[in-house]
Amino acid sequence: MNVEAIKSIYFFEMARMRRTLLQSVISPVITTSLYFIVFGTAIGSRIQSIEGVSYGSFITPGLIMLTLLTQCIGNGSIGIYFPKFTGTIYEILSAPVAMTEILIGYVGAAASKGLIIGLIILATASFFVDISIAHPFVMAVFLVLTAVTFSLFGFIIGIWAKNFEQLNIVPMLVVPPLTFLGGSFYSIDMLPPFWQAVSHFNPVLYLVSGFRWSFYEIADVNPLLSLGMVGLFLAICLSILGWIFHTGYRLRS
Amino acid sequence: MASVVSIQNLTKTYGNGFEALKGIDLEIEEGEILALLGPNGAGKTTLISIVCGLVNPSGGKVLVGGYDVVRDFRQTRSMIGLVPQELTTDMFETVWNTVSFSRGVHGKKPNPELVESVLKDLSLWAKKDNMLRELSGGMKRRVLIAKALAHEPQILFLDEPTAGVDVNLRREMWQVVERLRENGVTIILTTHYIEEAEEIADRVGVINGGKLLLIEEKTALMKKLGRKQLRLELAEPLKILPDSLSPYNLTLSEDGAALLHEYQGEEGDGSIASLLSMLQAENIHFRDLSTRQSSLEDIFVALVGEQA
Ligand SMILES: Nc1ncnc2c1ncn2[C@@H]1O[C@H](COP(=O)(O)OP(=O)(O)OP(=O)(O)O)[C@@H](O)[C@H]1O
Ligand SMILES: [Mg+2]
Repeated sequence: MNVEAIKSIYFFEMARMRRTLLQSVISPVITTSLYFIVFGTAIGSRIQSIEGVSYGSFITPGLIMLTLLTQCIGNGSIGIYFPKFTGTIYEILSAPVAMTEILIGYVGAAASKGLIIGLIILATASFFVDISIAHPFVMAVFLVLTAVTFSLFGFIIGIWAKNFEQLNIVPMLVVPPLTFLGGSFYSIDMLPPFWQAVSHFNPVLYLVSGFRWSFYEIADVNPLLSLGMVGLFLAICLSILGWIFHTGYRLRS
Repeated sequence: MASVVSIQNLTKTYGNGFEALKGIDLEIEEGEILALLGPNGAGKTTLISIVCGLVNPSGGKVLVGGYDVVRDFRQTRSMIGLVPQELTTDMFETVWNTVSFSRGVHGKKPNPELVESVLKDLSLWAKKDNMLRELSGGMKRRVLIAKALAHEPQILFLDEPTAGVDVNLRREMWQVVERLRENGVTIILTTHYIEEAEEIADRVGVINGGKLLLIEEKTALMKKLGRKQLRLELAEPLKILPDSLSPYNLTLSEDGAALLHEYQGEEGDGSIASLLSMLQAENIHFRDLSTRQSSLEDIFVALVGEQA
C-alpha cells in the first residue's frame, strides 16, 4: 500500500476544497436556511406535526441528505474529472499507485468534505428547529456510508463524463427529483397508494427514511432495509469501479 | 553496460484501430542519454507513454530495471520520472505544492530541502508561492521538469522538453540534464530539433510510422552515414570541368567560381589528396577551401524520406 501517495492525494484534494470552502459551505447553508424559513417556519407552522414530530424537525434529516448527496456526488466527480480535463492526471497514472489507492485518496477527500458540510447543515438546522437524535451511532453510520457511497458514485460520473454538461447532469437533473420524491418533505403515507408503490423504487427514500429514524424513530421503511439498500448501492458502485479499473475505461487507452 | 529499459517487440493499436507502434525493439543502457527523433505522429509519445504506464501495450513487453511495466508497475514507475509533451498544470496550485505533491504521489516521504534544491536548480525558487497560472509557458515547462525530478527518478523521460523554450532556458535545461547524467540518471528525450540530439545525446534513435528505423551511437552514425562536402573557391571561374576530373564526384557551382566535391565520410583522405594533385596538374588554382559534414538533420531527412 502506497500510504504516502494516498495521503498526498487526500490532502491535496482537501487543500483544493479549502480554497473553495467558503462558497461550498455558504451556498448550502443559505439554501437550507431558506428551506427552514419557508417550510419550517412559514408553512410548517400551519402543517400539523407528523407522527408527533413538528414539520420543521421532520424535514431536517431529508435536507441534510439532500446536501450530502449533492456535495458528495459533486466533489467526487470534479475531483477526478478536473485532472482528466486539464491533463494533469498523467502524473497520477504514471505514479506507482494502484487504482484503489487513487480511489481512497479522492473518495476519502470528497466524503470528508461532504460530511463536514452535512454537519454544518445539522448545526444550522438546530438554530431553527428542535432536533433530537435518538440513535447517534446509527446516524453516524448512515452519514458516513452515504457520504462514501455517493462520493464513489460521483467518482464514476467523473471518469465517465467527457464534458462539463455530462458532469453536471446527474447532480442537477437526477438528485433533486429523487430527493424531493424520496420523502424528504413528507411521509410517503401521505401519498396515494400508487405513488407509494412507485416511491419504493427510489433509492433515496431508503436513505432519508433510515436517517430520519436515527433522529426520531419514525420511518417509512424498516431501518435495516434502509441500511441494506445503502449497502447494496455501495456494492454496485464498487463493482462498476472494479470493472473500470480492470479495463482502464476512459483512463488508459 | 546493462540495459535499464528493455523494450521487446512492442506494439500498440489504439481503440480506433490505428496501429501506432509496429513492433519496437530497443535496449536503453544505464546512464546514457538517448534521443528519439521522428516526425509528427511517428509514435514517440506512444512509446514513452507505454513505458511510463499511461497507455496499455497491445503486444510485446517492456522491462524497466528488470521489472515488467504492467505487472510490477510499482517498481518500474518509482524509477521513472516523466516530463510530458503537453503543458498540463494545475492552474490554481502553487509551484511549491504541485512539486511537493509529485514527490508524495510517488510514495516518497516529504523532503523540503530536496524540493528547494530542485526549484533552485531550475530557477523557480522566486516563484515558489505563485500559482501556476501566473507563470509563463517556459516557467510552466520548468515546473513540469521539477515535478519529474522531485521524486529522484533513475530514469527520466523528456517528451519534447524544449518546445517553446527560449535559448537561456534550453541551456539551463541541458545543464540540469548534464548534472543528472553525472549522477547516473538515464535520460530519454524526444525532439524535433536535431541540433539538440547532436549536441547532447550519446545515442540517437529514429522512429517513423511506428517503427524504429535506426538506433546508433551518435558519432558512429554521423561517421557512417554522414556525407562530407569539400568546397574549393577557385581563383578563376571555370566554364566546364576538364575531362581528367570526371572520375571525382565533382560539380561546378553555377557561376563557375567554386568546385564541390562530395565524398563519404570514411573514404575521405585518399580521394581528396589525389583530387588536389590532379587540380595542380590541370593548373586550376583555388583561393580557399572548406569542408562541411552533413548533420543529423540531413541523415534524418534522408532516412525518413526513403521510408515514405
Ligand atoms: N489516444 C489515441 N487514440 C488514437 N490514436 C492515437 C492516440 N494517441 C495517438 N494516436 C495516434 O498515434 C500516432 C502516434 O502518435 P504519437 O503521439 O505517439 O506521435 P509522436 O511521435 O509523439 O508525434 P509528435 O512529434 O507530434 O509528438 C499518431 O498518428 C496519433 O494520431
Ligand atoms: Mg509526441
